[in-house]
Amino acid sequence: MVTGTATARERAWAVAAEVPDPELPMLTLADLGVLAEVEVEAAGAVPTATAEAPVAPAEAAVTAWLTPTYSGCPAVAEMAADVDRRLRAAGYADVRVRLRLDPAWSTDLITAEGRRKLAEAGIAPPRSAAERAAPAASGGASPRGTAPPLLTLGPTRHLVACPLCGGTDTEELSRFGSTACKALWRCRDCREPFERVKEI
Amino acid sequence: MTDDHVYLSLSEATPEPEGEGRWAYGTGFADPLLGVDTAVPAGLDGADLAAYCLMLGDDALVLSQRLIEWCTRAPELEEEVALANLGLDLLGQARQLLTRAGQADGSGRTEDDLAYWREEHEFRNVRLVEAPNGDFAYSIARLLLFATARGALYEALAGHADPVLAAVAARGAKELAYHREYATAWTLRLGDGTPYSAQRMQAGLDAVWPLLEELFTAHPVELRVGVDPATLREPVLRSLAAVLAEAGLAMPEVPGLATIGGRAGRDGVHTEELGLLLAELQVLARAHPGATW
Repeated sequence: MVTGTATARERAWAVAAEVPDPELPMLTLADLGVLAEVEVEAAGAVPTATAEAPVAPAEAAVTAWLTPTYSGCPAVAEMAADVDRRLRAAGYADVRVRLRLDPAWSTDLITAEGRRKLAEAGIAPPRSAAERAAPAASGGASPRGTAPPLLTLGPTRHLVACPLCGGTDTEELSRFGSTACKALWRCRDCREPFERVKEI
Repeated sequence: MTDDHVYLSLSEATPEPEGEGRWAYGTGFADPLLGVDTAVPAGLDGADLAAYCLMLGDDALVLSQRLIEWCTRAPELEEEVALANLGLDLLGQARQLLTRAGQADGSGRTEDDLAYWREEHEFRNVRLVEAPNGDFAYSIARLLLFATARGALYEALAGHADPVLAAVAARGAKELAYHREYATAWTLRLGDGTPYSAQRMQAGLDAVWPLLEELFTAHPVELRVGVDPATLREPVLRSLAAVLAEAGLAMPEVPGLATIGGRAGRDGVHTEELGLLLAELQVLARAHPGATW
């Protein structure tokens, strides 16, 4: 790997990573884990990049890969258009946006920074993979295979703190909210409704 | 935005680079498999893979249409939002599966070609998904059956040799788990509710049950390129039995809906309800061929 190319890739990543999510605009696509990869090559087949002369945006071909959140997420097209537009505005002439379906997006891909921004905006973040693995977490782990996962027939037990007052006396009103990725909750301490990003 | 009418104001807004005007004209990124490798892996028959994707895609598309019919008609606003969300997940799966079908058979047909320009006998969905919504209990019973069986199928397909089908299934399995939880919660609430709600929920289950068997009946294409659905019967029935027992409901004991000489939805032999559903689904695209906005 030539140093100059790595620098070009980091610069292109930084441009794409700044694109806000259309439905959760307090998060960038990088915070959300939707921006999977960015690659930069010298335009045309001639490798001109060296450590001394990194690829200039106007001479670089950029490919950005996005992993859609839900199958039916209507914002995917807008995300792709936004990434394309931002990269072109940054001077890249040859821009390609591609979808990467595997591995599937998961709320585990939301960065710590992303979880902080969600909470700040009054949206309860999903638990991280580490939090879900903790012994206090609810059951329902689904074994891989042909058998359907075991059902948890009771209500959801794990604790969701109110992002507005920090209270823990909260309840889920509806598993489905204003977008595919959010559920509707309310806090019985401060009496306010709030949204929560569904764990998937 | 200055104008009272949102679309008028959008068309007058600054289109570039970040102005609101861009929303008025679409994005130009319409392909649900944008940039995904479209080659059919060696050892897989493209025509079989396409037929299989069509079967699963049609199931998702038709049930999506039924779920979206609940908009403005559900008992509560929250249920309307929930049912529309489930429909949206299925629509997303259908778009990817139909697009994959058009790639794999080499015809180059798009998702729109396949959704809007096929006739009733060319649809390959099981009859369970085309049945009219009935009352809320019937819709919940149908959703419980479908989500349990389809979730199990997607789990099994997550390791499929076709990377596109495998990815759609891996994503879909997690979505179907949410659908099953939703249907389960309502089955428990109605079954374990008042005597009247239990009676209505039982009636919904009894009415939908004859359509379950078709989900476990293998079509030759499924045996060649997919998962034999007969292997799902036992785990799916066990899972359904657990929910019904918890809800205090009886597992219906009724024979499967008759076929026409062994032919059913997977062969393009449908109930009369599919034609009516397709008429509504397809009318706009057929009235204005090639129209964009």
